[in-house]
Amino acid sequence: MSSPLTGYLVVAALLFSIGLAGALVRRNAIMVLIGIELMLNAANLNFIAFWRYSPHPEALTGMMFAIFSIAVAAAEAAVGLGLVIAIHRHTGTTDLDKMNRMKG
Amino acid sequence: MLATDPLLLYQFGNIPTPPQAWIVRWLWLIPALPILSAGIISLLKQRFRRLSSSLAIGSLSGSLLLSIVALSHVIYTRNLLLQFGFNSGFHDIVNFTWFQFGNSAVDLGWILDPLSAIMAVMVCFVGLLIFIYSTGYMEHDENFTRFFCFLSLFAGAMLGVVIANSILLLFMCWELVGLTSYLLIGFWYQKPSAAAAAKKAFITTRVGDIFFLLGIVWLFAQTGTLLFYNHGSGSMEGLALSGLLAQHAALGLTASGAIGLLIFAGAAGKSGQLPLHVWLPDAMEGPTPVSALIHAATMVAAGVYLIARVYPLMSAGMPLTATGEAAGTTTALIVVTWIGAATAVFAALIAVAQNDIKRILAYSTISQLGYMMAGLGLGGVAVGMFHLITHAFFKALLFLGAGSVIHGCHEEQDIRRMGGLKTQMRATFLTYAVGMLALCGFPLVFSGFWSKDAILEAAHKSAFIKGPYYLLIFGAVLTAFYMTRQVSYVFFGQARGDGHAHESPRVMTAPLAILAFFAVALGAIGTPAWPWFRAFLEGHAASFDMHALFEADFAKLLATSTVIVFLGLGLGWLLYGNKSPKAEEPDALEKAAPALWAALRDRLYVDELYGVTVIAFYYWWARVADWLDRRVWGGIVVAVAWVFKMFAQFNRLLDMHGVDGTFDKACEELSTGGGIVSRVQNGRAQTYLRILAFAVIALAAILIWSVRP
Repeated sequence: MSSPLTGYLVVAALLFSIGLAGALVRRNAIMVLIGIELMLNAANLNFIAFWRYSPHPEALTGMMFAIFSIAVAAAEAAVGLGLVIAIHRHTGTTDLDKMNRMKG
Repeated sequence: MLATDPLLLYQFGNIPTPPQAWIVRWLWLIPALPILSAGIISLLKQRFRRLSSSLAIGSLSGSLLLSIVALSHVIYTRNLLLQFGFNSGFHDIVNFTWFQFGNSAVDLGWILDPLSAIMAVMVCFVGLLIFIYSTGYMEHDENFTRFFCFLSLFAGAMLGVVIANSILLLFMCWELVGLTSYLLIGFWYQKPSAAAAAKKAFITTRVGDIFFLLGIVWLFAQTGTLLFYNHGSGSMEGLALSGLLAQHAALGLTASGAIGLLIFAGAAGKSGQLPLHVWLPDAMEGPTPVSALIHAATMVAAGVYLIARVYPLMSAGMPLTATGEAAGTTTALIVVTWIGAATAVFAALIAVAQNDIKRILAYSTISQLGYMMAGLGLGGVAVGMFHLITHAFFKALLFLGAGSVIHGCHEEQDIRRMGGLKTQMRATFLTYAVGMLALCGFPLVFSGFWSKDAILEAAHKSAFIKGPYYLLIFGAVLTAFYMTRQVSYVFFGQARGDGHAHESPRVMTAPLAILAFFAVALGAIGTPAWPWFRAFLEGHAASFDMHALFEADFAKLLATSTVIVFLGLGLGWLLYGNKSPKAEEPDALEKAAPALWAALRDRLYVDELYGVTVIAFYYWWARVADWLDRRVWGGIVVAVAWVFKMFAQFNRLLDMHGVDGTFDKACEELSTGGGIVSRVQNGRAQTYLRILAFAVIALAAILIWSVRP
């Protein structure tokens, strides 16, 4: 390991892959949302890592990005969960394979 | 008649410019005002009745004021010229070029001379009275606004005819007048008879107008100008006339004579001269004020006015004595005289046996127009025009009186169903009697006597044409006879109509009274003792000479015409006076001569004659044209159509197999391709996400690959 940054980036890439795999293979809409959250947090981890090992760590740029991103993620999760509830009320299921109406 | 041009005299500086000289520049306003108001009225809605009649009356009053100013200017100028020793006719003109083509110009312009001034005043004055009368007569008509629009347009066009100095402008207004006549005869177009009468009037006058137009074209071709007067180069002035005289047309006529006859054909159409008189009696289908204004006082007189306007052309080549008196006549004037005299007797004969109050007056109008034409032919402009002016007043009076009678008798027009109206309609009776006596030429008091007498005198004196004198005398007897018959049927005896007759409102009787006043008073300007009218038109001084009344010639003439009038009146009274025959009973004259009566009642079969000649010919020609259309032209059209149809078939095949095939194939390919691609879009979010993931990985791979050295 040449630099601690590489370790962080590897962890973030792993986290992103896990999230992507979850989002792609799970049938349950809630689980897909969780996968998406994992991907977002991988991105957040990258922000923090790159900031910490950047030439100017005293400027709180990465921190600010991460905080914004978390706030947006929270809002997105709320919207996503709202959509899932609405779909469940409408169709009685949260199985994504049953939801194939997004055709043109 | 040598005419003086006042403009030239003002320029020489020996004559001061008259104070009202501005009127010459602004003369165009006289016709423009009524035409403008017609335009405004045509935009108004039906319910603006008061506004439309006020506009029409107001604009015509404006024209009347202007034409009175114009007349005063003419009188003033004439007196000035007389003072300075110019003893001839004169005129003020304004000309301008409408457009230019090649070397010739189309010129328009207006003229102010005694003739146009006096005619304009007459048209405005009689027109105004009839407008006022119409507000009462047409009160209950729902198309009141339209009526005043047409009347106003008519007045404007007629005034345009009067002041035109260009034969083209005159012709345009002439046609406009014909159009409004058509519109107003057919005003109650719901009645089939009115619609037919309108068409008849339009088409019959068109026959004359074709000849008129030919005359205009010929005149323009020969003289190169459309203007009557243009400081020496107009078509009615010496240079052009001597050019026309030198030209020889066919049948021994000079060009001036031939053109004059062509123009007279137009005038005969408009003025109902033989053989084009058939439309005028039918024109009585229009509202009575229209009959009074257009078909008695003004429009039908336009033909006479036209002949007066082109009189220099008609009389070109007339030999003169040393004192300027006519010492001969021209072919054109002989034709005018004979046709006028024949019309006068012919129409008077028919008028004897008519039972419709307006038809009698219509035939009387034709007969009187014949007198005017004969007067023009025999005695020159002044004689014909004087009868035109007096006739306009008393005939308008008679027509309006007839309208009042019809109005009072609940739209009854048959004189056999009237009777005894002299007590029930006192004002109408009195004024009608004045008009009737003026028309008969009752001696000394009435204007009609003086004007008719002038014509008879001219006919008597004429050394060249003898026959018309006797015709005119006979016509005068008939005139007195049929008018007595009509008046005794309508106003005397017992009432034979159903329902009680009532007098007309004040707005209708007041114009009658004014016209009656003029029917008497106008005689004063044309007596032999003080021939002001003649002197005024011819531009020399009028002297008051009481002795002219006691000359032997005049006394003989006076005696003759008195005998004539009393003969007619007496015969009429003998046969019809106070008899009050039943409507079904045969006429007094019918008992005496049934065959003659039947012929007269059926208008001497002129309509029937046209039916079997002209109209039958047109039917035959229409059938020939129809056959040609069906067989010859139709065949050609069918052949052409067949060729195109074949071509279209060929096109269709090309389309089906060539164009359509290619297109269909392309569409098929597109839809197959679309089917394959659409399988990717299966509506599952995860599939899309998967594709997105692969795409990101592929992009990242490409990026890494390309950055690596």
